[in-house]
Amino acid sequence: MPAKIGIDWLNACAGCEISIIDLGPRLLKVLELVEFVHLPALMDHKYYNQLGDGAHLTLPEADVGIITGSIRNEEHLEVAREMRKKCGAVIAMGTCATHGGIPALCNSFTTDEILSRYYSTETTDPIDAIPSDGLPALLDGCYAVDEKIDVDILLPGCPPHSDQIFETLVAFLEGRPAVLREKSVCDTCLTIREGKGKVGKLHRYLSAPDYGTTDDSTAKMRCLLEQGLLCMGPVTLAGCCGETGEPRCISARVPCRGCYGPVEKDGNQRLDMLNALVSNGIDISGLSETTSMLRFTGAHGMLRPAGSRR
Amino acid sequence: MTARTITISPVTRIEGHATIAIELDDDGNVADSKVHFQSIRGFEKFVEGKPAEEIPRIVTRICGICPWHHHLASNKAVDRCFGVTPTPAGHKLRELIQTIAHAEDKLLHFFFLAAADFVIGPDADYAVRNVIGIAKANPELAKQVVTMRYKAKMILENFAGKSIHPVAGVPGGFARPMSEKDRQWILADMREIQDFALFAIDFAKKEVFPKYLDTIKMLGVINTGFIGTVDDNGALNLYDGRIRLMKPDGSYTDFDPQDYTDYIGEKTVDWSYGKFPYAKAWGEGFSLDLDEPKGIYRANTLARINAADKMATPRAQAELEEFRELFGRPAQATLLYHYARLIEEVYACEHAIEMLEDPEITSPDVRAEAEPGAGRGVGCVEAPRGTLIHDYTTDENGLIKTANLIVGTTHNLGPINMSVNQAARALIQNGNVDEGLLNKVEMSVRAYDP
Repeated sequence: MPAKIGIDWLNACAGCEISIIDLGPRLLKVLELVEFVHLPALMDHKYYNQLGDGAHLTLPEADVGIITGSIRNEEHLEVAREMRKKCGAVIAMGTCATHGGIPALCNSFTTDEILSRYYSTETTDPIDAIPSDGLPALLDGCYAVDEKIDVDILLPGCPPHSDQIFETLVAFLEGRPAVLREKSVCDTCLTIREGKGKVGKLHRYLSAPDYGTTDDSTAKMRCLLEQGLLCMGPVTLAGCCGETGEPRCISARVPCRGCYGPVEKDGNQRLDMLNALVSNGIDISGLSETTSMLRFTGAHGMLRPAGSRR
Repeated sequence: MTARTITISPVTRIEGHATIAIELDDDGNVADSKVHFQSIRGFEKFVEGKPAEEIPRIVTRICGICPWHHHLASNKAVDRCFGVTPTPAGHKLRELIQTIAHAEDKLLHFFFLAAADFVIGPDADYAVRNVIGIAKANPELAKQVVTMRYKAKMILENFAGKSIHPVAGVPGGFARPMSEKDRQWILADMREIQDFALFAIDFAKKEVFPKYLDTIKMLGVINTGFIGTVDDNGALNLYDGRIRLMKPDGSYTDFDPQDYTDYIGEKTVDWSYGKFPYAKAWGEGFSLDLDEPKGIYRANTLARINAADKMATPRAQAELEEFRELFGRPAQATLLYHYARLIEEVYACEHAIEMLEDPEITSPDVRAEAEPGAGRGVGCVEAPRGTLIHDYTTDENGLIKTANLIVGTTHNLGPINMSVNQAARALIQNGNVDEGLLNKVEMSVRAYDP
């Protein structure tokens, strides 16, 4: 019997689903091992029966439920709870599900502030009331999935590399823990680190770092942090490179921004990064603001509206 | 009076979150229908105060299917805010990668999302009416599709670092140059993908569209204007150019993207978080009335090939001529979005190959240095789902003061409501509802690839 899998996306962008499709030829192999029973991105199972006449949101039973995206409205909450009820195990897939992700940047503002800006931009005709007819009410912020339901497996990444998705699924089917990278992005980085004390001041990423010639690999490039660019590699969980290769942003000669979240699940990337910079004697006065260091991890109370104790 | 409501939720094999509510009267006929667009995240607000050069790496999360287009529209807006002009090679690399992203996206939509309705059939059981069903029914085709799409995706990944939520576009150009070795393998891969694109449009013209001609002429058909980007010669352009806003009668106005606020307004309706853009410049207001719509235009593939006078590459131009011979200009039938998508696929492959044959593509001079400062910039590209507009203002430190975004799909939110209304009224009568009929209502949404 193939294992039954249900997947749903909540406050999400579809990037995780695309990363599943990016399994490429391996996708056909996965399809032999599993049966998808709910997957709105690719198949037509409906919440309220196939004829649209059901009274309650219902998901089919499954061995494993995968949730991508964070929880931002009442329907997301209902789907997450229903999935917990119907699935043997629940996987929170992607940094939105594990830590809030980019959409959790909204937690720096109140929901009223978010809505009032969206409905009053330069091109928007004035409105009398915020839309509500037939729409799920928004919660007071953006939550990681484990803030609302019990989660069995956390797989961060924005998106998680398809190697890691493959390993997580196969390990689950084989009844063993997945073997994934555990260290920091720096541990998978090929660039040259010469040591402490030479950086001086950080500068904004507005000109090209020195990466040698077109044909030089990154193994010939000096560490971007040592070149004075903010790079979140030291405080970010490894894995973006999959099981082979090098960190993906670095391979484009671009510094890391931390999309896999902290190395330890409950870590604080901003605090850890500022500590690392200061303890290495790096001048951080060039940083224009620091909430960007929590751009992937704004759930779990990490980002809050100014002056609030939500 | 509403006797009962049919709730199609979620609308599936589309990218976003939507629910269709169809209200039936006592006789079982359609009294009203609404498409509820449920997503609201507030990027316009939460990018405020962030360094502008970081925004192209944040707005990608608006859409994981078309992150390249948000990434590049955002970079173009930041270029203007900071007054930096990308180097010629930087400009070309951005356009090349965006074009390859288009080529990948159209394969994804046609084969992974839409094709099951045609290849397996609109009335088939939902358990097999999907790409997995295609893989079982036609494993050879499925293998080809999976391989070709993967090839396009791996070009983006292997050359540009990240394909989902990219980072290689930077203010002033592109983050890394293309080596001759890279150029060679990418060119070889693009030639293979072009062969597949030519196969795909032939396959669809022979095996798919003729079987569904009656459905194409009927399902979700509405009468609207169109929007798309054209170059100086009036040819379709995906990366840069002037925006053309065409009325339902085919007459049009071209304008500079910087002036978009003079032409486009956004209406809020009570049943959708997503706003509905409309043609403010037509001065007729906004109405979704099926017989007399006001201010309604459509975006995405069919809109672009209607708006453009021609295609800039030979094979795509031949396909466009054949299409116009059959359906005229502007063509209004909603399911023709699929046909137009495959014509654009041919164009994207041809154009990518052209650019890869340009010697300047391997120039090491890919990035101009930018200075943060106060300014305003509108960045615009054609995303797969329509004309995408990012509009930022920055303060003297180069931090974002305000951001306004009009996302490709949103141009079609009004038209999608109209198409669903039209399809539901035509298909559901005297209380007769079955799964196949409801799926056909959804097909009128899926054509827009929202």
